[in-house]
Amino acid sequence: MDAITGNLDLWAEGIGNTLLVFFFGGLLALVLGIVIGAMRVSPVPIARAVGTLYVNLIRNTPLTLVFFFFVFGYSALALPNLSNTVLGILAIGTYTATYVAETLRAGINTVPVGQAEAARAIGLPFGQVMTKVVLPQAFRSVVPPMMSVLIALLKNTTVAAGFSIAVLPALQSTISNSHTRTGTPMEVLLWSALVFVALVMLLTWLQRVLENRWRIAR
Amino acid sequence: MSSVLYDVPGPKAIARNRILAIVTIVLVAAVLAFVIWRLSLTGQFNASKWNVFTYTTVWTQIGLMLLNTLKAFALAAVLSLALGFVLAIGRLSDHRWVRIPVTVVTEIFRAIPVLVFMMLLYYGLPALGVSMSPYWAVVLALMAYNGSVLAEALRAGVESLPRGQKEAGYAVGLRKSGVMIKILLPQAIRAMLPVIIAQLVVTMKDTALGFLITYHELLYYAKLLSSQQGRPILQAALVIGGIYVVMCLLLSLLAKWVEGRTHRSPKIAGHVEPRDPAADDESTLTEVLATQAGAGKFDRGHHGG
Repeated sequence: MDAITGNLDLWAEGIGNTLLVFFFGGLLALVLGIVIGAMRVSPVPIARAVGTLYVNLIRNTPLTLVFFFFVFGYSALALPNLSNTVLGILAIGTYTATYVAETLRAGINTVPVGQAEAARAIGLPFGQVMTKVVLPQAFRSVVPPMMSVLIALLKNTTVAAGFSIAVLPALQSTISNSHTRTGTPMEVLLWSALVFVALVMLLTWLQRVLENRWRIAR
Repeated sequence: MSSVLYDVPGPKAIARNRILAIVTIVLVAAVLAFVIWRLSLTGQFNASKWNVFTYTTVWTQIGLMLLNTLKAFALAAVLSLALGFVLAIGRLSDHRWVRIPVTVVTEIFRAIPVLVFMMLLYYGLPALGVSMSPYWAVVLALMAYNGSVLAEALRAGVESLPRGQKEAGYAVGLRKSGVMIKILLPQAIRAMLPVIIAQLVVTMKDTALGFLITYHELLYYAKLLSSQQGRPILQAALVIGGIYVVMCLLLSLLAKWVEGRTHRSPKIAGHVEPRDPAADDESTLTEVLATQAGAGKFDRGHHGG
């Protein structure tokens, strides 16, 4: 318990940073993922090729390596200085965007072609085919897997700890490197594992609620 | 080609698509040009930056580190498969005292981030008097996480089988273990093979987390190289990254190839079809029939793409 009560400031900072990276990383991943996903399903072959290349390349790169590129590689380019936290958010956003894109593509593919063909047959223009027929159906099947992507993103924020971003697991080194802080590495790590289990359970619960709300009635 | 999103393009749409194609090319070219401009501005293409890769020792070292990565991956893959089977069978057990603890363990293993698990094993355990090498920390953490994910995949595979399979097994006089080993698991493994291989790709990627707990693997060596003369940090990352991408792509291609094979197989077509049109909406029977008829024509092509 001392590991918690003695370092309340650090825990607040750690959890805050984890949520910060999670939130902005998720936002970036969603925006970038929608763009890439749209490219992946577009009628333009070049855009499809670019989307496919991006997804295949980033998906087959370890997240640690993506972080490596962003955090260590960026400084080599002599661009305006960015803090490690911002670079970490960029890295995790870039990486997760591929999963978002694939989820969206799979969701759109679950809509039977006949639905869109029927919509076009009764004369709906592209915008209405999308907003009234295709996207509402795709949305339902996208929500549960998208939550899984977000859960994976939450767990992936831990990698940032290895790149001097003060997310939760980084507490371990901060505490064991200082002489005045209480708590063994084991305690600190077990508590952070517990925080993650709790957060993941929260998201899983949310996923189940949303899934039930938008479940397709059979 | 018609799809959910667009019809066969007419003359107007063809013109618009051409403009979009040009815009895409210009945008991508602009981004690439910017990156290359920055790279050449900071002298990343200078021979001195790439100098380290002319030494044989560097390449032998890369080979050794690659071996370390593969060593961790191979053992973690085998162990996680084994753990996956144990946990899956445990979760499918009829006995509550087996099922409930196994379920709890699986859920906890799945919820703890792999890196936290690795750090627990590497930094945490010494406090309890058990010291663990980074290699074992990497292997055991990957085993726990991927094992529990594989267990879920296998369980889903078994549960997706028609009830008749199990009942027929009992009817011909097999015991519980016989039904599981001879009837349910082989079919579940076959149906879930793409998922299993995809999870192995994840395992391969996650070995790179070992870098953060000082396991001497490829990425660790990239960091080491970047402190060499000329500080070739991007160059080291590019070379090492290339190795990772090639390894993972090969595994991914294997997964795709296996998936293609299983899809074509008539034996298991049907029961784990992820895109059953009838299951997706509360549609009328005619719609279902129409989409089923259309599915063969249009959907197949999208699978591959």
